[in-house]
Amino acid sequence: MTLSTTPPTDAPTGPPVHTLAARDVQIGYPGRTVISDLSLDVLAGEFTVIVGPNACGKSTLLRALGRMLPTAQGQVILDGQEISRYSTKEVARRVGLLPQSPVTPDAITVADLVSRGRYPHQRLLRQWSPADAAAVSGALAEVGMLDQADRMVDELSGGQRQRVWIAMTLAQETPILLLDEPTTYLDVVHQIDVLDLCSRLHAQGRTLVAVLHDLNMAARYASHIVVMSEGRIVAQGSAGEVVTPELLGEAFGLDAVVLADPENGRPLVVPRDRRVGR
Amino acid sequence: MTSRGAAEMHDGERRFGLVRDPLLRGRVLRAGPVSMRVDPRVLAVGGVLALVALAVGVVTLLTGTLEISFADVVAALGGQGEERVVRTVQGRRLPRLLTALLVGGSLGVAGAVFQSISRNALGSPDIIGFTTGAAAGAVVQIMLFGGGVVETALAAIAGGVLTALVVYALARKDGISGGLRLVLVGIGVGAILAALISFLMVRADITDAESVQRWEAGSLVGRGWPHAVSVAVAVAILLPALMALRRAVTYLEMGDDAAHALGIPVERYRFAALVLAVALTAVAVAATGPIAFVALAAPQVVARLTRRGGVLLLPSFLMGATLLAAATCSASDSTSGSAPPWAS
Ligand SMILES: Nc1ncnc2c1ncn2[C@@H]1O[C@H](COP(=O)(O)OP(=O)(O)O)[C@@H](O)[C@H]1O
Ligand SMILES: [Mg+2]
Repeated sequence: MTLSTTPPTDAPTGPPVHTLAARDVQIGYPGRTVISDLSLDVLAGEFTVIVGPNACGKSTLLRALGRMLPTAQGQVILDGQEISRYSTKEVARRVGLLPQSPVTPDAITVADLVSRGRYPHQRLLRQWSPADAAAVSGALAEVGMLDQADRMVDELSGGQRQRVWIAMTLAQETPILLLDEPTTYLDVVHQIDVLDLCSRLHAQGRTLVAVLHDLNMAARYASHIVVMSEGRIVAQGSAGEVVTPELLGEAFGLDAVVLADPENGRPLVVPRDRRVGR
Repeated sequence: MTSRGAAEMHDGERRFGLVRDPLLRGRVLRAGPVSMRVDPRVLAVGGVLALVALAVGVVTLLTGTLEISFADVVAALGGQGEERVVRTVQGRRLPRLLTALLVGGSLGVAGAVFQSISRNALGSPDIIGFTTGAAAGAVVQIMLFGGGVVETALAAIAGGVLTALVVYALARKDGISGGLRLVLVGIGVGAILAALISFLMVRADITDAESVQRWEAGSLVGRGWPHAVSVAVAVAILLPALMALRRAVTYLEMGDDAAHALGIPVERYRFAALVLAVALTAVAVAATGPIAFVALAAPQVVARLTRRGGVLLLPSFLMGATLLAAATCSASDSTSGSAPPWAS
């Protein structure tokens, strides 16, 4: 099934490896180019976190990787083929994308919303197969919401609701998952809930890409960090390689010290207090 | 992929029949590889509406200037009985009833689709200018080319479709339509067309003005088989096509990106649904003139009764049909030839 042109070096045999990559892409909206000459390999089996200042093009990049935006130049390659050559449904069976702010439908239960994730696997006359039931209950169990399956989504807390949306994307059963700011607007406890969930999915072998705002959360959870600024990738690598005072200054214009996280030794960003004259 | 046990728990061994899945609110109708989701509450609302529509239909066939008993009506439907009675039932009351049911149903369906696409309860065709556009087409036809039933109907369809295209083009930005922009642009275009109609009326001579006014009021008086058949054909073609798009259109309510991520070609489906719903509206308006309120109200009442979101086509059809047939029935005795009062 995989026509991969770039098999990762450390995967000799086993399940097919799914690949997604952008090659020299230029992406934008009518009248404005947001991203130009960008190349990115979504590393199979890694938990990639994209960070960057507001409006630098993170969502735009994810939308192109999910084929919601066409590329003006260059190509997005999915499993060895240009992504525009797949049908929309076929893309949805291979790449799941949770947008930044989806709209919760009126009067819908948790299970009904999650079951919408099965759409790319369904047809007009096959609306609920055993595989659909298994995928939906599996996804609900994964996010710890199986016992809340028949509650109304608009009665849930923000953190629970976000987990339901993630469950919908999980029910799609795609090998690659793209999450656009899954933790924004959540309090710290719920942010950690969601990121622990991402970490578990990563440990199960999923390929995960998430856009995050909190640099410390990115450093703690990511196995690979991509730093963007003004439509370009300015650095990528492990947290230790990327999260440095120099790079924070360059990409974010942030004056900060980087310490070692007492919990796990990863980089911990502490912005300098500008009021303390030094 | 994580819970094989769960699959067995939900599905059992049944491959045929109505299966209950503890996860879902409804049931699943399964027959081998075919499986359809069924929602008992929606089904119940639909059933009750169908019964009410039937009752309204019976009352409509029984009412009129000519007293006809129930038994005679039934006989007349089969072509038996006094010739005058058969002519009244088969030639007048039945086609008028069918036209009311089909036009009301079409407007209910169109309202459900528009309200979903515009993500706004105000996004019904009578508010966002499509009905006015169809009326403008008919008015121009009557004023400039002298009317005629078929010609006026065709002009109404052309006016409705043209207006929809203009609204769609103006509401489109960066290749994306939908949402509040569609409603606002539609209201604006509708206002311009209403002004155009008024302007033409002021300039018209008295006979033209009178026939325009009669048409514009929207009426089921004197609607015969040609009207019923034209709407029936449109419903038979357009409703199944919309039903095939129903789920995708419902999912558009989650936002374009979320729908696209599930494999829905957003803009293509939205345009298709819009075209089908506009065609349905235009054919309905062509048959009876513009009828307000039904498209706006039917889907909202259905949503309240079923307590379900999303596009519910068949219940909206039944609700629209019932509303308009009931209004026609209650008005049919009170007037003799002039327009009934519910229209705007
Ligand atoms: N639909 C759109 N039409 C036009 N410009 C857009 C659209 N969406 C985003 N942009 C612009 O593209 C730039 C990048 O946006 P985005 O990718 O959303 O940034 P980020 O996700 O990094 O905050 C911003 O300047 C934004 O204003
Ligand atoms: Mg963004």
